[in-house]
Amino acid sequence: MKGPPAFETFEHDADVGVRGRGATLREAFANAGRALTSVVTDPAQVRETMSVAVGCEASDPESLLYDWLNALVFEMATRSVLFARYEVTLEGGRLRAVAFGEPVEVERHQPAVEVKGATWTGLKVMHQRGSWVAECVVDV
Amino acid sequence: MDLSLLTRSSEFEWRIEPRGKMRVPGVLFASEPLVRAMDHKVYEQVTNVATLPGIRIASLAMPDAHWGYGFTVGGVAAFDPDEGIVSAGGVGFDISCGVRCLRTRLARDEVIARQKELADTLFRAIPAGVGSRGRIRLGHDEMDRMLRGGARWAVEKGYGQPGDLERVEEGGRMPDARPESVSDRAKARMRDEVGTLGSGNHYLEVQEVAEIHDAAAAEAFGLGRGDVLISIHCGSRGLGHQIGTEALREMLDAGRRHGIELPDRELACAPVRSLEGERYLGAMRAAINVALANRQVLTHLAREAVGSVLPQSDLTLLYDVSHNTCKLERHVVEGKEQDVYVHRKGATRAWGPGHPGLPGRLRAVGQPVLIGGSMGTSSYVLAGTESGMRASFGSACHGAGRAMSRTQASKRWNGRQVVEELEKRGILIRSPSLRGVAEEAPDAYKDVGEVVLATEQAGLARRVARLLPMITVKG
Repeated sequence: MKGPPAFETFEHDADVGVRGRGATLREAFANAGRALTSVVTDPAQVRETMSVAVGCEASDPESLLYDWLNALVFEMATRSVLFARYEVTLEGGRLRAVAFGEPVEVERHQPAVEVKGATWTGLKVMHQRGSWVAECVVDV
Repeated sequence: MDLSLLTRSSEFEWRIEPRGKMRVPGVLFASEPLVRAMDHKVYEQVTNVATLPGIRIASLAMPDAHWGYGFTVGGVAAFDPDEGIVSAGGVGFDISCGVRCLRTRLARDEVIARQKELADTLFRAIPAGVGSRGRIRLGHDEMDRMLRGGARWAVEKGYGQPGDLERVEEGGRMPDARPESVSDRAKARMRDEVGTLGSGNHYLEVQEVAEIHDAAAAEAFGLGRGDVLISIHCGSRGLGHQIGTEALREMLDAGRRHGIELPDRELACAPVRSLEGERYLGAMRAAINVALANRQVLTHLAREAVGSVLPQSDLTLLYDVSHNTCKLERHVVEGKEQDVYVHRKGATRAWGPGHPGLPGRLRAVGQPVLIGGSMGTSSYVLAGTESGMRASFGSACHGAGRAMSRTQASKRWNGRQVVEELEKRGILIRSPSLRGVAEEAPDAYKDVGEVVLATEQAGLARRVARLLPMITVKG
């Protein structure tokens, strides 16, 4: 039986939600990052030609997800890049990650929209039926 | 929305009577079909805003109100300067997103004769879409000058004419901006984004005046049937988004510290008279200046581009409005004039005739209120009214609002087909992303005509002219 997808977007009125799942919290966070890319373009179309280190820290998992996605939004915006994959490590309330991707190529990526930021709307980090889910609505 | 929850106080005004922790009533301005179509979330959000400290008169929703972040999009709320709060969710992420409309002195036929060339030239000249970069690179000091100076800074740098400024809210420069309250990360997101359109529902459009609703006001605005206009819809780019992101985080803690009880954490706010409140206001005003500077630079690029194809053109400002702001304004509250912090989120300032903040020719008529439609559909020019000054702190609607999500839209339409179908109707679309075009397909939005009509019927603003698109450059 096919389980739910590792990452997906969900509908939210004018904006869009991103959702990542994983056996571990860090995997769910990494997949939430892929869901973020999928708002802009098909992550399968993004090559891995460069990497960026990202880190953030928060007192609870939901704030950490907020900070993590916003850190990615910042890197995507200031470097004009898209990310295909993330290696995430979590230690208490500290997240360290390496994001792998490439500069935006408009013709090939057909980027649909810029993500302005992650929000507190629909922000949830939960453990259910043996897997972790990390999700929130992002402003586009 | 369930109409039984509301008291109908007139044909186009619906009240949510105060109950529980509401300090004031909620008021929705809309026709019956529009209210029925509104999500129940709008009811909840208007109600929640009514519980915030220092709110005056009522928590308001414009006819295009829909579910937003904390406050509805299409929400207006005014707060007392001493007892009230300021909320980042009451302004929105794209601070000072707005519409600037330019007259061109071109007639429809002149544009039709060169339409394709003009579309291609504008598309080359206007940086649009994800990852696009502007011509200007800002160092630290220049960045701060822009944050303080807004459109005035841009004009001083040679992007535009001094005469442009009186047709911009605040004369082109929002006072009391505090660049020192803007984080380095927010500034980093802006370094090369000045003079870029952005993406999503942002656009530059060449339009013709298709219909005049109010001949006297149209004359005062310099609009005649068949005239060609250019409208630019965009905001404060990455800097505004980053300020919004950081303020949401900071205000959540600030609210708790100041003992503000929130029905929903999305309403995170800080007292106006607090360090956090003042910091946000200073940063937000700087973001307003970024949006004003950005639209000014884009005006300059549009002048160059249009002038290279149609040298007889002369682009002058009709007006420049912002629809995501919080501004200190003087209004009549309970029979007395008072300063209030008016939050307008997805709502346009719409000052009525005689307002001292309006320049010469506009003062007799009221402020031009610029309402963008979706791609391929009509836009409108309205004028502020005296009744709107009393009913809604001088505010009106801002646009159509989505009828379906981006995901649904991109499943239903194919970008290339949308472009081809619009071309058959004489509308040329230029965009770097076909997926983006599909997500912005005309029918993915509600009918802006219905929203504008309800705005007029509720007395918030009156219709002056309807515009039809000829060329759309989409981000």
